[in-house]
Amino acid sequence: MSRDADLPISHWSRLWLYCFGALILFFLIAPSVIVVVMSFSGSSFLQFPPQSWSLRWYTRYFESMEWREATGVSLKVAIMTTLVATPLGSAAAYAVNLKTLRYGNVALAVLVSAIIIPVILIGIGVFFLYARLGLNNTFTGLVIAHTALALPLVVMTVLAGLRSYDMDQERAARSLGATPLRAFIEVTMPQISLSIIAASLFAFITSFDEVVVSFFTSGGDMSTLSRRMFTSLRDEIDPTIAAISTCLIILSVILLSVAHLVGASRTRES
Amino acid sequence: MSTLGAALPIRIRGIEKKYGPVTILQRLDLDVAAGEFLTLLGPSGSGKTTLLMILAGFVRPDAGSIKIGGDEIIAAPPHRRNIGMVFQNYALFPHMSVSQNIAFPLRQRRVPAADIVRRVTSALEMVRLNGYGERRINQLSGGQRQRVALARAMVFEPRIVLMDEPLSALDKGLREHMQLELRDLHRSLGMTTIYVTHDQREAITMSDRIAVMNGGAIEQIDRPEALYAHPRTHFVASFIGESSFIPVDIRDGVPWFRDAKLQTTARTSSSGRYLMSVRPEKVRLAAAGGDDGINILAGVMGDVIYQGDSFACSIDIGDGVKLTMRDYCREDTMARLPARGESIRVSIAASDAILVEAG
Repeated sequence: MSRDADLPISHWSRLWLYCFGALILFFLIAPSVIVVVMSFSGSSFLQFPPQSWSLRWYTRYFESMEWREATGVSLKVAIMTTLVATPLGSAAAYAVNLKTLRYGNVALAVLVSAIIIPVILIGIGVFFLYARLGLNNTFTGLVIAHTALALPLVVMTVLAGLRSYDMDQERAARSLGATPLRAFIEVTMPQISLSIIAASLFAFITSFDEVVVSFFTSGGDMSTLSRRMFTSLRDEIDPTIAAISTCLIILSVILLSVAHLVGASRTRES
Repeated sequence: MSTLGAALPIRIRGIEKKYGPVTILQRLDLDVAAGEFLTLLGPSGSGKTTLLMILAGFVRPDAGSIKIGGDEIIAAPPHRRNIGMVFQNYALFPHMSVSQNIAFPLRQRRVPAADIVRRVTSALEMVRLNGYGERRINQLSGGQRQRVALARAMVFEPRIVLMDEPLSALDKGLREHMQLELRDLHRSLGMTTIYVTHDQREAITMSDRIAVMNGGAIEQIDRPEALYAHPRTHFVASFIGESSFIPVDIRDGVPWFRDAKLQTTARTSSSGRYLMSVRPEKVRLAAAGGDDGINILAGVMGDVIYQGDSFACSIDIGDGVKLTMRDYCREDTMARLPARGESIRVSIAASDAILVEAG
């Protein structure tokens, strides 16, 4: 431990900091760990720690028509939301970043406002609006609502990428003969691709994870997975939910790991 | 890519640009001859960069016309103007190799692949970067990046070339080297070039003609020697090289400083207040005795500032007017130099006394 001597503060005197850090990590991870452990429970209600072990709740999830349909709805809605929100939000971020718009900052404020309005209010508002438009319990309705919720994250993420990008490069591309669209696709996009990928992941997760607005505007055949889980929690205490949650956690971990690996390999290249 | 097909002249008429109430360019006219290297020189905010951006098509003027070899381009978008532009920060594409950067304008023009390879190779040769094609941009030094930017802006044989302070990011030695290299490149290719800088030495070194810009207008446009020898305004005289200014009253066509009658070869009006502009190296110490020379002014010797190869000293000629005198540090000159506070007399040749408008 000769290196300790050079440090102004010894590890011993920083022990409280390590403990504090460990405590924070514990509170962040513990709920997920409990859910994962409970999903392998052998008993027929949520119980921690489980008395016996089994995989039957996973079987129940994958074999249940209802759960599979709900998962299908959630995936379709999340993919469609990603496909709509990512280009839309990227285009908005690009326009705001140009700084040539007179009301660019106002537009930005409106675009990200969904993030500061309580979701429950958005849910109620969307419900009444959709009631008039006949969009409740429809695929289109869910995608539009989720796109509105995902846009702030997409705009902010892409804008962050654009702010560290030199717009002179796009001007150079245009002076060299590229149309504005080709200049964007060939020069700007490759350099902000990480932000766009991150933004699309945010959009996907925002939609897939969304409960409140879905609770108001989806039902019946169009119930999303999160809505069905929420209802199921109220009616029955069944470890199937823990099994589904575990699957969702794995999905999130995979998505974020992929994003991270893509980012790391890009950084190494340049 | 030895020489371009034919260099084209540029004719700029009545260009106006306002941002809200702020006038950036005021009805600006400018003619650039075919094959000319013209520099827009001015302080920041003089409108030189805006004019360049208007030429490139990135800024839309409120009024005016730009013709390149007879073609009106004012309404054309940047990608259809066929203008090569070198940006201040090079604006190279970091996700492409050197060759891919240079091939970019050719690919946009759908040049056949074999031709692209040939033209990229000769462009690399032109800027003496043979063998650097596969390098990535971040593996290049500042000077090499500069050369890639040049090659990329010229490989597609543009009608004209624009450069926006392309050397400002380089250190002094490399900058001076690149100035000469750019000038040689221009001489061998002969393309019409508009160059923007705020560095008057750079402008003088490189240009066929210099347009001095101030407050959104061209104050004076001329060959570097002529601008230096005959500045027409106070601004030009002080922006290009150093000048001292002596306030003079013109009575019956003769300039007077206090009770000293001065002579100048410059044309003068019959009366009014003017400034006599004098370059530091044109001020000479006059012999102590006789008073028969022309433009002899009495003064008091001030501080001498030693600057290595030369020295500058300030001479107080009364009324708070100070003249700067500069000479090379030779032993004989240094030995004859009066001490600080000594009364001396200086002379200025009539041909070196330039009159500019006061204010």
